Amino acid sequence: MAIRTEPFVMNMGPVHPSTHGVYRMRLTLDGEVIIDIEPVVGYLHRGIEKLAEERTWTGVIPLTDRLDYISSMSNNLAYVLAVEKLAGIEVPERADYLRVIMAELQRISNHLVAVGSFFNDSGAYYTPFLQMYREREKIVDLFEMVCGQRLTYNYMRIGGVSQDVPDEFIPALYKLLDQLPSAIDTFDTFLKENEILLARAKGVGILPPDMAINSGVTGPVLRGSGVAWDLRKADPYSIYDRFEFDIPTGEAGDSYDRYRIRIEEMRQSLRILNQAVRQLPSGPVKADVPHLIRPPVGDAYAHIEAPKGELGFYVVSDNSISPYRCHIRPTSLLNLAALREMAIGWKIADLVLIFGSIDICLGEVDR
Amino acid sequence: MVINNPVIYAVNPQTLAADWPGGFWWHWVLFALVTIIVVILMVMGYIYIARRQIGRMQSRVGPNRTGPFGLLQPIADVLKVLLKESITPDAVDRPVYWLAPIVGLVPVFVVFAVMPFTDGGMLANLNVGILYVVAISSISTIGMFMAGWGSSNKYSLISAMRVVAAVVSYEFPVLLSIASILLLSGSLSLNDIVLAQDIPFILLQPLSFIIFFIAGLAEISRAPFDLLEADQEIVAGFHIEYSGIKFALFYLVEYGEAFLLSCLITTIFLAGWRGPILPEWLWFILKSLIVWFVMVWLWATMPRVRIDQLMALAWKFLLPLAIINLIVTAIQVLTLPQDSLWIMIPVNFAITAVLILFWSKKFFKLGWGRVEV
Repeated sequence: MAIRTEPFVMNMGPVHPSTHGVYRMRLTLDGEVIIDIEPVVGYLHRGIEKLAEERTWTGVIPLTDRLDYISSMSNNLAYVLAVEKLAGIEVPERADYLRVIMAELQRISNHLVAVGSFFNDSGAYYTPFLQMYREREKIVDLFEMVCGQRLTYNYMRIGGVSQDVPDEFIPALYKLLDQLPSAIDTFDTFLKENEILLARAKGVGILPPDMAINSGVTGPVLRGSGVAWDLRKADPYSIYDRFEFDIPTGEAGDSYDRYRIRIEEMRQSLRILNQAVRQLPSGPVKADVPHLIRPPVGDAYAHIEAPKGELGFYVVSDNSISPYRCHIRPTSLLNLAALREMAIGWKIADLVLIFGSIDICLGEVDR
Repeated sequence: MVINNPVIYAVNPQTLAADWPGGFWWHWVLFALVTIIVVILMVMGYIYIARRQIGRMQSRVGPNRTGPFGLLQPIADVLKVLLKESITPDAVDRPVYWLAPIVGLVPVFVVFAVMPFTDGGMLANLNVGILYVVAISSISTIGMFMAGWGSSNKYSLISAMRVVAAVVSYEFPVLLSIASILLLSGSLSLNDIVLAQDIPFILLQPLSFIIFFIAGLAEISRAPFDLLEADQEIVAGFHIEYSGIKFALFYLVEYGEAFLLSCLITTIFLAGWRGPILPEWLWFILKSLIVWFVMVWLWATMPRVRIDQLMALAWKFLLPLAIINLIVTAIQVLTLPQDSLWIMIPVNFAITAVLILFWSKKFFKLGWGRVEV
């Protein structure tokens, strides 16, 4: 005889250790099994898109830092690419290389945080998390060297970057490129084949490729499902067509694959960095762009492969000093679209793990 | 390390009971107090060790500001927790909510009455010692269940369900692994079990040790089986609604149980207080600290298993192996002569390796996966 059970509703969030911020899920549970998830977003809404209409075109850049604050450099890059496309600005070559270097460093740093929090969500008591933060710290030190900030970098400018890198940056970067591969290998040695992790993450939260495409999921989550879609290859922006790298893809589309993809992407980013830093030309780092730029009337959309997925900026100009409209295609929010399909039927513990494997940042979800 | 005062424990209270002035009763009070103080001091030491060790393993330093090497950190923590406001939410079931920390705490202390810190250095040398330990220590589960239920919080309710399920499942492997030890020791008294260990039982009974260690971790819900207070899932589990001194009591239960488990493993498998040169109580504490080191090591490195995997581990892995181990040990005890027990060491290690490999490859798969809803 089956025991009669009664579903009940439980709130996960907005204040909860593993929602990576203030995300809220209304779970309908049958015991521990999830029957339904209803996401509630907006607890961190700051109206960044509206605020952007009040700022000058350059003044929007600090706002983009606050979107996905784990990877501010990429946000900067996406925005300035959009404005440059709108105004038809040519960027000096050195600035392009510096942007690529920063974006790839940012990707590594973001994935370190993502994998670290993924392990934290799987229940490892902060040890992988802090080990990875230790490596991230070295990248943040580099960023501090170039722009003086450790979280909200505000480094890119329309037409280039705010300033050239200091002399000690390139040796420090070479040193980092020497150290990081062995650090990543160490993480693999300890974590890749962990029996409990395999039991927890393998086959959990499977996202089929067609479902992933239909729900608009991008980034490592999409590639984990086996779709080799990377804007750096599919629609090369900046100077990404000059570098050799592979797109790692998963097979099963489960949480474990998404974790593996991030580790592999760090290795590919290191490859790009190695090429970029060796090709780095000299010259100016900023085109001659006025501070109060007035792009011609029109609109433009630019998208980049941010660490978490496709990040797009749609900007409309009415030839004034501030954007008429600045719309953001947020990565994290759209990646969450498939969460319900991934998590239904799994248990609470799995939901936390699946949620961690998507790697969202609430600053970007709520904007 | 915070060291208890062992001198009092060096005398056996039972033999001296009648000689105490004023008759029989008040030496019980005295020694009960001493036991409680020892347990509390050890718990503080354990907290300190855990925090420092986890700090080192996470490439941090750990607490090092309060007193020399941060030794006073546990005391500072206790003071902080005690000074906090004790909040009682409106919706709680008040009698249950208030009683829960006490029901959880008392058994943990009571169990230490039969723990031999030295040869005969125990409050009561019960002849059913190990049975008493298993029976009484399970009561604190009821305290946790009461807390989970009485808090009228869904997170704590889930936690309460988990703890009951875990404890009910893991009692069996624990008892069966102890049973194979009893075949060797021939006595239920913890002191006699230590006396029987001319060869430590960890060598004679490796499989039993592994089962007892894993099941013990699950039963007191330490990592990687710390499901009942899984931080990432159900926030703090059963004590989510507790603050102030009531929370401190649960904290004490948690580490008191950890101390209890390491003492039990020391006594049953690591030859308790026996050892050369050093005094007996020091051997006991050193061994229990080694066990605690391993427990914290697991805590710092392992992800957490899921609830169905926890159940599967108990019923599909530990229980069959414990039964096989019990039968094998019974046959060995019957057939082997008493003075050549050492033959069991290589035989049992081989059996352990074969059984674990065979089981993990053939019969046991972690994870049931998705439930159709």
